[in-house]
Amino acid sequence: MITISDLTLSFDSDRGRTIVLKDFHLDIADGEFIAIVGASGVGKSTLLRVVAGLVRPTSGTVKRDSPERPGRRPYAMVFQDARLLPWRRVVKNVEFGLEGLGLTAEEKRRRATEALALVGLADKADRWPHQLSGGQRQRVAIARALAVDPDLLMMDEPFGALDAITRQSLQDELIDLWQRTGKTILFVTHDIEEAVYLADRVVLLAGSPAGVRSADRIMSARPRQRDDEAARHTAAEIRTRLYDYVEQGEGI
Amino acid sequence: MKQANKAERLLLAITGVVLFLGLWEALPRFGFVKPMLLPPPSEIPATFWREVQSGAWLSAVQESLKHYVTGLVLGSFLGVALGVLTGMSRVLEDMTNWVVRLLRPIPGLAWVPFAIIWFGVSPAAANFIIIIGVFWINYFAALGAVQAVDRDLIELANAFGHRSPIARLFKVVLPASIQPIMSGLRTGLGQAWMAVVAAELFGVSGLGQRMMQASSLLATDVVVVYMITMAVLYGIVDTSFVLVRDRLLAWKA
Repeated sequence: MITISDLTLSFDSDRGRTIVLKDFHLDIADGEFIAIVGASGVGKSTLLRVVAGLVRPTSGTVKRDSPERPGRRPYAMVFQDARLLPWRRVVKNVEFGLEGLGLTAEEKRRRATEALALVGLADKADRWPHQLSGGQRQRVAIARALAVDPDLLMMDEPFGALDAITRQSLQDELIDLWQRTGKTILFVTHDIEEAVYLADRVVLLAGSPAGVRSADRIMSARPRQRDDEAARHTAAEIRTRLYDYVEQGEGI
Repeated sequence: MKQANKAERLLLAITGVVLFLGLWEALPRFGFVKPMLLPPPSEIPATFWREVQSGAWLSAVQESLKHYVTGLVLGSFLGVALGVLTGMSRVLEDMTNWVVRLLRPIPGLAWVPFAIIWFGVSPAAANFIIIIGVFWINYFAALGAVQAVDRDLIELANAFGHRSPIARLFKVVLPASIQPIMSGLRTGLGQAWMAVVAAELFGVSGLGQRMMQASSLLATDVVVVYMITMAVLYGIVDTSFVLVRDRLLAWKA
């Protein structure tokens, strides 16, 4: 269980204090898949960075009830751009997060290879990143995150830069990976259909400062259909709420 | 088609060399220029052989290479190290900003008077001139390279637990900036050669000094031998460097 409580983030600039997030609260059950949707610029990515510890919150806490375990990292991140290191071969990119954990070279290689196998790229281990397609690069980024065996996998619009066909197949692969690994996932997207298709719960982040405006549990049974009637209905409702906030001038 | 093109280009290059040597040979041979002012290329091998046999050539090359390597290694190391350090530290960057702007435009050769006052006409003076010439090139190459490292990659390092300055340096900053740093090093290879010759023209023993001696005796053929020696030595150093660099940057291919 991960508890994000009363998270507030503000910056001070020349024009005074800007409050980006206010009193954000979310409980995430182990193994849950949560999607966060919202207009662009509302602070979805910032929220992930706060949870990941990349940005220090002004107040509030992120707590895990799972103990520290050696050889793992509590959080891992997949960015919108794959962000592979071009000077490392694929398998060394996947080992990136495993370095500094006190693992032996064999152990690192074994875990990286396993993670690559999970995303179906075991045969690309010795390639350079520039030799891969956009979809393959993003799968390597997912493998890099899975290799550290995180309690929480955070994904920041991971499929946003991909073409529609690749995006759909990666969405299905992600569900498959999630079901096989039992990872807890926090998935940020601006694509409401994607959120409704993938997640157990869809959280709407809106307003300025941003906060949780709604959280819908998606009841559709898995495996889901993309044209599921109930899901489409939920997506339409979330969109209406989102537009209301944007129209009130709070969304952007 | 492509093969023929390649052969054609090689042929043209050879033609160019032959024409160049032919013109050079013709000018003194047919009396357009006095042979003393421009020795014909056909005399150079014999002169070269005399220089080798007397031992002057080898000892000059050894002296120059000693200055070259010492100055190059120290200047490059200091330049890259301080450039990287400054690039990673806001405080250091702001602190050095004006000092650097003041010192940077001073040409390396303008330090010759101080080099001679501090070190006399000695190898140390030559090293000093070379170090200064190489230092700035590498300092600015490294500083610019480090400042241009993609912030997203730094964020990536943070996200995957590499947060200490040392980890950031070795996991991201250095590999990401290796290419421009290498270009700086390579520019330094050429700059250092110029500095070697300049320093030796002031009397520190080596190729430059030997050239000055020869020119004062109007032994222009000897001067040409050393000019060609410099070109060839530089060519060897530069080619070796490119080979090493291409290995290091294999991921770019």
